Amino acid sequence: MSLPLFSSCTKEEKEDFLQKHFKEMTPDEVKRVIAKLEERYLRKYGKKFQIATQDALPGTLWGYGLDLSRCIGCRKCVYACAKENNNSRRHPQLHWIRVIRLKKGSLINLENSEHYYDPPLVPEKEYLYLPVQCQHCEHPPCVKVCPVHATWKEPDGLVVVDYNWCIGCRYCIAACPYKGRVFNWADPTIPPEEVNTAVHYLGNRPRMKSSVDKCTYCIQRVRTGRYPACVEACPTGTRKFGNLLDPNSEIRYIIQNKRVFRLKEDLNTEPKFYYFFEA
Amino acid sequence: MAAAEEFPVSPPPMTEGMYPCSNCHAGMEVNRKKRELKDEHTDIRLHHAETMRWCLDCHDAKDRDKLRLFNGALIKFTESYRLCGECHGNVYRDWRAGIHGKRTGYFTGGKRTYLLCAHCHNPHDPKFEGIKPEPPPYPPTDNRNGR
Repeated sequence: MSLPLFSSCTKEEKEDFLQKHFKEMTPDEVKRVIAKLEERYLRKYGKKFQIATQDALPGTLWGYGLDLSRCIGCRKCVYACAKENNNSRRHPQLHWIRVIRLKKGSLINLENSEHYYDPPLVPEKEYLYLPVQCQHCEHPPCVKVCPVHATWKEPDGLVVVDYNWCIGCRYCIAACPYKGRVFNWADPTIPPEEVNTAVHYLGNRPRMKSSVDKCTYCIQRVRTGRYPACVEACPTGTRKFGNLLDPNSEIRYIIQNKRVFRLKEDLNTEPKFYYFFEA
Repeated sequence: MAAAEEFPVSPPPMTEGMYPCSNCHAGMEVNRKKRELKDEHTDIRLHHAETMRWCLDCHDAKDRDKLRLFNGALIKFTESYRLCGECHGNVYRDWRAGIHGKRTGYFTGGKRTYLLCAHCHNPHDPKFEGIKPEPPPYPPTDNRNGR
């Protein structure tokens, strides 16, 4: 293609500009884009990436459970998540999980929460800890406001972002009532030895400056039947994960047997993230 | 009764060189008296309903390589959850369903691994100590967040 518009661009920049929305690509185009990205990551990080594009598994709707009576606020999930998902470590530091600390007895008062707490030891007697991340809403406000449809809900309920299609307007960040999204103010900085090369196009592949990203329930793991990284990192077994459509799953057991609630239910976002207490 | 095969567990957390217990205990006389242990097992501090319990309530007096249920049945250390479950019934129920405690690996296809109660809770002193939290995120004004 030799449009005058691209006369000052490199071939790669032109290809990037003309790259289609992920859902509108033909299988051939997907293959070419994946090859292009793999080559780019190899150049940038010196490692061979495996970029999956696996579709949603039939008959799955992912749901998360989190036991507030057991969370000790140690933030191990926060850092395991950043590592698994190739998040920028600093300049800027991007975390998909925010653990907020609340005074016991004032759970619904999120206004008085604190997420920079740093005591020598956790848990502290007078507080409880509420980790918040993307709630994968059934009616996601972030999807509604995106002017270019760069973010959408997958058939298995995961709210994902096509980082290449995202224009960085950050409407979704403003719309999310859970502060579930973060913005790449600069190209991510990832320590070379910690780069995770098993990635998904809609998940943990390294992002670029000016794209929005967020928790994907570890799409690259859960679509192959593995637990998300935060579930495996939690030292107290606070975090639970499963298929809401499978009556024998752990998450269904929680909903049936525990007292569950969801954050900001009054907003009608219908999160698929269930907090519960030991009854 | 739940069989051990139902729950693929990692090996029990034994102190190096301790098991099998019968190595030492086989030739020893059984002393059922509740007392402070001065020669061996001095690192064990029983703080788990200790006023109403003693070693031989859970460990079998004759076969030291086994644990003992209320009904006298002997079980292997890999099945210790059955012993814990005798008192902590509702926790045991949750554990079997995969809710209490942590599973790792694959949640489909039965490839997930269970941890025994004793992997996380010291059976002699089950209360958790606090741990040091990971550092808080940088505030927006922090220069490690800027360029």
